[in-house]
Amino acid sequence: MKASRRFAGAVLAVLAAVVIPVWAETPAAPPTAQTPGLKLTGAGATFPAPLYQRWILDYREVRPDLTFTYDAKGSGEGVKRFLAGTVDFGASDAALSDAELKQVDPQRGAVMIPMTAGMVVLAYNIPGVAEGLVLSREVYADIFAGRIRQWNDPRISAANPGLTLPAKPIVPVVRRDSSGTTFAMTNHLARVDPDWAQQGPGVGKLVDWPGAAMTASGNAGVAQRVKITDGSIGYMEYEFAERLGLPIAILHNKAGQPIIPSPAAGQAALASVTAIPADLRVFVADPDGPDAYPIVSYTWLLLNARYADPAKAAALKDALAWGLDQGQLVAKEMGYVPLPAAMIVKAAEVLARVE
Amino acid sequence: MANLFASAGSASSVSGPPSGGDYAADSIFRGLAWLSAFLIIALTGYILWEILREAFPAMQAYGLGFITGTTWNVNTGQFGVLPEIWGTLYSSLLALFLGGIFGIAIAIFLTQDFLDHRVATVFRTIIEMLAAIPSVVFGLWGIFVLIPLLKPGAEWLHSQFGWFPLFSTDLAGPGMAPAALVLAIMILPTVAAISVDAFRRIPYKVKEAAYGMGTTRWEAILKVMLPTASSGLLAALVLGFGRALGETMALAMLIGNANQISLSLFSPANTLASLLASTFPEAGQLEVQALMYAALVLLVITFIVNVLGLAVQQYTIRKFEGKK
Repeated sequence: MKASRRFAGAVLAVLAAVVIPVWAETPAAPPTAQTPGLKLTGAGATFPAPLYQRWILDYREVRPDLTFTYDAKGSGEGVKRFLAGTVDFGASDAALSDAELKQVDPQRGAVMIPMTAGMVVLAYNIPGVAEGLVLSREVYADIFAGRIRQWNDPRISAANPGLTLPAKPIVPVVRRDSSGTTFAMTNHLARVDPDWAQQGPGVGKLVDWPGAAMTASGNAGVAQRVKITDGSIGYMEYEFAERLGLPIAILHNKAGQPIIPSPAAGQAALASVTAIPADLRVFVADPDGPDAYPIVSYTWLLLNARYADPAKAAALKDALAWGLDQGQLVAKEMGYVPLPAAMIVKAAEVLARVE
Repeated sequence: MANLFASAGSASSVSGPPSGGDYAADSIFRGLAWLSAFLIIALTGYILWEILREAFPAMQAYGLGFITGTTWNVNTGQFGVLPEIWGTLYSSLLALFLGGIFGIAIAIFLTQDFLDHRVATVFRTIIEMLAAIPSVVFGLWGIFVLIPLLKPGAEWLHSQFGWFPLFSTDLAGPGMAPAALVLAIMILPTVAAISVDAFRRIPYKVKEAAYGMGTTRWEAILKVMLPTASSGLLAALVLGFGRALGETMALAMLIGNANQISLSLFSPANTLASLLASTFPEAGQLEVQALMYAALVLLVITFIVNVLGLAVQQYTIRKFEGKK
């Protein structure tokens, strides 16, 4: 009895010796110079999502005090949440339209910063065709308009003399959610096919695809659907096709050259538009140039022109400046198209004006 | 009443009159039971009212054209759910057909002395465990196991019997057949469990009487047990069908989400529930109203199915079970 009481006393003493100093020390921890644990939330496009997630990871090493989260929900949702003010930054592959700009709270204002650009590729899953499918401009427009329905269509075979194409139906895979990738794709197709905008599915973030098209949500959803569906072809950002090892179609550009998507071909496409307006809204619908990949899109981060919390504004400005500088190397490594130097200069100017 | 017992009861006897606490407990329980019953009805009514309220602008704008329309285009504001209604009914009927046959067959197997009683219990537990598998797991299983398994067979059927409407397209991947098969597996536990109960409810003397008349086992099952259990079996089928109509996640993953109407078992389609699930998160105001209208259509279909099921059930009770 006595021994156990003594033992209990000893335990208490040890506990006191260990715990109390720690507890006493905690409030005296050195104050951090930076804003502790500032959280910044964003949502939007799935197209640049792998890149943004990687940037968030990399940037944590630069500024461990900041926590960024990015919710890849599609461009439409990004714009919606940005306009509603439920996120600190939005993201979209289709820059805000004039109508959307009018809905912006004038107190907060909006600026659009292009962060990277990407190529929209057509990935396919045709049994017996491992790679090398070449599609001319009219052919891929007609496939997505539902006018070419079989893989052994003579117009496809004509461009692919080396391939044996099966007599299987073509299953186009498209986006079900409101998507900037769809906007880039349809905006391009409307240039290729004069009937696309009026009689065809139309141009927008969400369009009326032909009935036989399968729908999936997000770039990742389309890639996954193409992977499991024989005879399918879907449009998505390069990185998503690459990640699942899907074969990518070689497309004819405006100059009639067959182009394999590559950072160089993407940069050539971006370089074809030299005039950059003050609001940085540049759509490269159908780039000129013999080396340009035909379907490219910038992707924008949507920021408020004025933030109520100066710490948030400062943090966002720092992070985006890093993205425009260091981040571009990561973008290139991941298969995105780095921004042209002229665009980076302009974007940095606009970014500097955020308050 | 209380006085009657009060004179008879004494402290020494085992039985005694109910105390004030017993009366209180009884009335509290009664009150709670009434309240719960009322709350269920009120909740159903409230949900219905809320959907109606949200859907009302769309009902005014699109009217019956919503049910016969085949396009869903947010840009032009055209909304029609005929392909989804078709997909919902077609997939559910296929699932009911398969799940119903297998479910009732399993129930016969488990209750009609084919198996030792203990083995049958183990079997039944395993089948009921199917109900505990999350539907997203069924979806993944469908994508990675079932679709590759179905492809060669579908290809053969299409190439040999392509003229037959059910096989008029090739199975590219997700489509009606894998969706309906998974749906059948998902409703199997419901159908089987309720069918087992329906057979168990038949007094044993009925079977003994049948054997006494000199029937074989199969005559007893087909001519006596099945008709006697028919109202319970129908209830099982109606519940299974209801579950199939409303199933969402596995179908959204497997059916292919294509806005078209096709008789072919192998072409992609869409259902109302998967339209709702996949479109709601990003819908604008106009589209939300249209989606609420679609939800209402689904509710009405479920309601009609239940009423029809009830009517057929009453009919079979009259015909086979000899009650009024």
